[in-house]
Amino acid sequence: MWLEKLHLTHFKNYEAGSYTFGERVNCLVGQNGSGKTNLLDAIYFLALTKSAFQNQDALTIQHEADFLVLDGIFRDGTRRTQITGSLQRGQRKVMMADKKAYDRLSDHIGRFPVVLIAPDDTDLVRDGSEERRRFFDGVLAQLTPAYLDDFLQYNKILSQRNSLLKIFAERNYLDEDMLETYNEPLIALAQRIYEHRRRFMEHFLPLVGRYYAYLSNERERVDLIYESEVARPDFPTEFRKHRSRDLHAQRTSKGIHKDDYVFEIDGRALRKFGSQGQQKSFVIALKLAQYELLALEKETQPILLLDDIFDKLDDLRIHKLIEMIDSGSLGQVFITDARPERSHRILDQVAADVRFFEIGKSYE
Amino acid sequence: MNYPSRLIEDAVNEIAKLPGIGKKTALRLALHLLKRDEEQTRALSDALLSMRTQTQFCRQCHNIADGELCAICSSTKRDASLICVVVDTRDVLAIENTSQYHGHYHVLGGIISPLEGIGPADLHIESLVRRLQQASEQEPVREIILALSPTMEGDTTAFYLQKKLKPTGVKVSTIARGIPIGGDLEYADEITLGRSIVSRVAYD
Ligand SMILES: [Zn+2]
Repeated sequence: MWLEKLHLTHFKNYEAGSYTFGERVNCLVGQNGSGKTNLLDAIYFLALTKSAFQNQDALTIQHEADFLVLDGIFRDGTRRTQITGSLQRGQRKVMMADKKAYDRLSDHIGRFPVVLIAPDDTDLVRDGSEERRRFFDGVLAQLTPAYLDDFLQYNKILSQRNSLLKIFAERNYLDEDMLETYNEPLIALAQRIYEHRRRFMEHFLPLVGRYYAYLSNERERVDLIYESEVARPDFPTEFRKHRSRDLHAQRTSKGIHKDDYVFEIDGRALRKFGSQGQQKSFVIALKLAQYELLALEKETQPILLLDDIFDKLDDLRIHKLIEMIDSGSLGQVFITDARPERSHRILDQVAADVRFFEIGKSYE
Repeated sequence: MNYPSRLIEDAVNEIAKLPGIGKKTALRLALHLLKRDEEQTRALSDALLSMRTQTQFCRQCHNIADGELCAICSSTKRDASLICVVVDTRDVLAIENTSQYHGHYHVLGGIISPLEGIGPADLHIESLVRRLQQASEQEPVREIILALSPTMEGDTTAFYLQKKLKPTGVKVSTIARGIPIGGDLEYADEITLGRSIVSRVAYD
């Protein structure tokens, strides 16, 4: 599966732009601020219905414009699918496949798999558990539509329950039956989501280890541990036991929204004891493992977006990624670089078809 | 928009506050009224004002009524042993249009959604429980039919009602899910809605 054409209107710094891409390697070169990363983000948006870097949709609309439109042609063999994403200020975002709007945006996620490797990925190692949950939820959402359905429903019931706790506190009363009406489905969904995450980790972990070893040429062992209170057989009892704490805090204290993923190197915390290079290798291994699982599940090679890797990675890791591109284990790849002479030098070694795009110019 | 008169502007602003009506439509309606007899506008404003000040809500089922009891609750032709629980008057109208149901109603006045500040105490749920407890020996309620939208909020409200109604011992059923998931009763077509009431399923 690959992206053949992309047309942008009022997306971030783009007034308008049209591109026709190659099936293999596309290198986007241009000065910093020219919009290379924004172009990657547009591809990400078309595949996953949102920006990779901007949580607020409205901020992806060009400054002082009223709307944005992204229009892409995805190819799979001879099949062409036109995907359109549009957003008007103050209105709901619309995604369309061949001009037909989706009822639910979530129905689109996972149809055109994409993996992004970006310079700030090591935040995953250093930041709090929320970042890691967000990453793995994104991975699972693309991989398994049933996960996304359960996850969205869990979050909806969770926010209803939290609002109910607020109502109880503000009006100074408690309705046990009402609370239980939310407890039951919330516990059931938490246990289902836990199962999804646990089973996913069984397949994911060996891949991470393999890619880490491939990228680093060293002998340290990495580990990834999924931690969840929901794993306990007495979770339903524990959940209900925390009722008075929940009432006091006006929020739900137990559930899969408290899960964490622990990254380790030789049995110690990667965040504390891993070098910068080891942390980088680890997150790239995570992304490549994600790529391989998606490829297996969707039976097509995802689109790989590589943001600024020539600048941020050392020669060994760049060489390993180029080796993977060359071996054909990666499909369509987009690479951004601020220094054209460097990307030419590196990509000249690649046998596959490489196209260069100077960003800031428009291509028909 | 620049209006030729302050009076028109005021009228347009008021009309445009109604749901589904924008300024353009409001202006068209206002100009339309100006073209017609003064009598027509008076009749309209009288009707609106009487509706607002004189409309009552049925003390038994909370449906819109002309007196203390609504036309359905006071009719001798209706089966008082059946009560269909709905969200608002629009649902009563939708079900009445199917001509498939001859029992009574109970209008909740909304659906449970704490996110929008609506808890169970904001709805006519206590009065439903009381209604069942007070039903006379000669005229007991046989069955409660929950006709709520198949959304998450609809399901939540249905589950809560089941819990509250269980102690009364009255059978509780829900309309069959012929209506599309996430859909509103109001928009379900009459045949589908009629069929879903006839083929309702009991909760265990
Ligand atoms: Zn009535």
